[in-house]
Amino acid sequence: MIKTDILIIGAGPTGLFTVFEAGLLKLKCHLIDALPQPGGQCAEIYPKKPIYDIPAFPEILAGDLVNNLMKQIEPFQPGFTLGERAETIKKQEDGSFIVTTDKGTQHQAPIVAIAGGLGSFEPRKPLIPNIEKYEDHGVEYIIRDPEFYRNKEVVIAGGGDSALDWSIFLTDIAKSVTLIHRRNEFRGALDSVEKVQELKNLGKIDVITPAEVIDIIGESNVEAVSIEKNGEVFQKKCDHFIPLFGLAPKLGPIADWGLEIEKNAIKVDNTLDYQTNIPGIYAIGDVNTYPGKLKLILCGFHEATLMCQSAYQRIFPNKRYVMKYTTVGGVEGFDGSKKEAPKAVVKAID
Amino acid sequence: MEADIKITIIDREGISHEVDAPTDMNMNLMELVRAYELAPEGTIGICGGMAMCASCQCYVESEHPLPEKSDDEEAMLAEAYYLKENSRLGCQIHIHPELDGLIVELAPES
Repeated sequence: MIKTDILIIGAGPTGLFTVFEAGLLKLKCHLIDALPQPGGQCAEIYPKKPIYDIPAFPEILAGDLVNNLMKQIEPFQPGFTLGERAETIKKQEDGSFIVTTDKGTQHQAPIVAIAGGLGSFEPRKPLIPNIEKYEDHGVEYIIRDPEFYRNKEVVIAGGGDSALDWSIFLTDIAKSVTLIHRRNEFRGALDSVEKVQELKNLGKIDVITPAEVIDIIGESNVEAVSIEKNGEVFQKKCDHFIPLFGLAPKLGPIADWGLEIEKNAIKVDNTLDYQTNIPGIYAIGDVNTYPGKLKLILCGFHEATLMCQSAYQRIFPNKRYVMKYTTVGGVEGFDGSKKEAPKAVVKAID
Repeated sequence: MEADIKITIIDREGISHEVDAPTDMNMNLMELVRAYELAPEGTIGICGGMAMCASCQCYVESEHPLPEKSDDEEAMLAEAYYLKENSRLGCQIHIHPELDGLIVELAPES
């Protein structure tokens, strides 16, 4: 069981900045995210795109914003459970919560801060009849262990980086790799596209474009796929069909936690502290809604800051505290580091 | 201030809405749909309008001069579901006076 003061669900910019504000109040944080890396949408969807409305940054790349946040929170030693989706929440007798992920990892904290953005990123499933029947029977939307495909015949569909990268990677493992895409052009990184071209020329990857998988054939496991190309349909024998059409966010299991939901977002008390209808559970950043809500990173930072003050009062109801400026109080990390403004040097004039 | 134009949006339930669209706010079609709440929040404009998801896919049902598709839009549409000949990403269509009378239908959520 992982124990912490504030359990943050979602490691996007808002979740990451919460660690800093909590750290100033000596509260420890642990983050859960369905993606394998921190940064949320900024890291997953648009790391190379600029953002122009972060105060005091005339322009910053989304990926750099995440890197800066990771550096800023480093002294507060946050814990991470990455690549796992928060699945269930249970209130304990002592008022704390236990959050369990889809992989069974358990976390306990007196405060839960949901900073889940638009939800957890789930693979987009193609519209192929009966595809669900073959899930885990030869159809996989995510490659977890490349070894699983050793000496197998694999068909990959998609035109982005993950389709290209996995096609390249699996050529040395699988018996055969076929890449199918609706267009002749691929939108992945140029060197990946060139590498696939090279492997195609060497006969190591069979690239079929412009084409589409329209059906799956097999008794209980995938045995072949039907491919449509220029109006003609033919079958291709294979053991695995891996559609890699990117990820789309879904609110997911959080929607069933008994929280008040409005417009696909969690309703919070914006006049006070962004607490939900369940005391001890807060929702901050893009995942929440209230009158006048704006889904902006800068608003998430503000919400995280107010939320941490409220969390502190919940954990220590009898302690009096006033917010301290970092310029005055400095930043004392849990790792023993201390940053503070240099003291003024006093010197007399003779 | 420039005059508003009229745009007809057929929502995912098939209901037609004629709305006033401002031409002076640098808005696009996806944002117009959100402004009038014609699709639930969180089901449209997920990437914010960067042609990096296909949640704002729509079918253009009238003959209006539209901007050429960028490579980004072409690539994204190539991975979209429920694709038709007249599919476009709403976020890539900027609202300007020549689009007065435009008719679009929202593609199903996917």
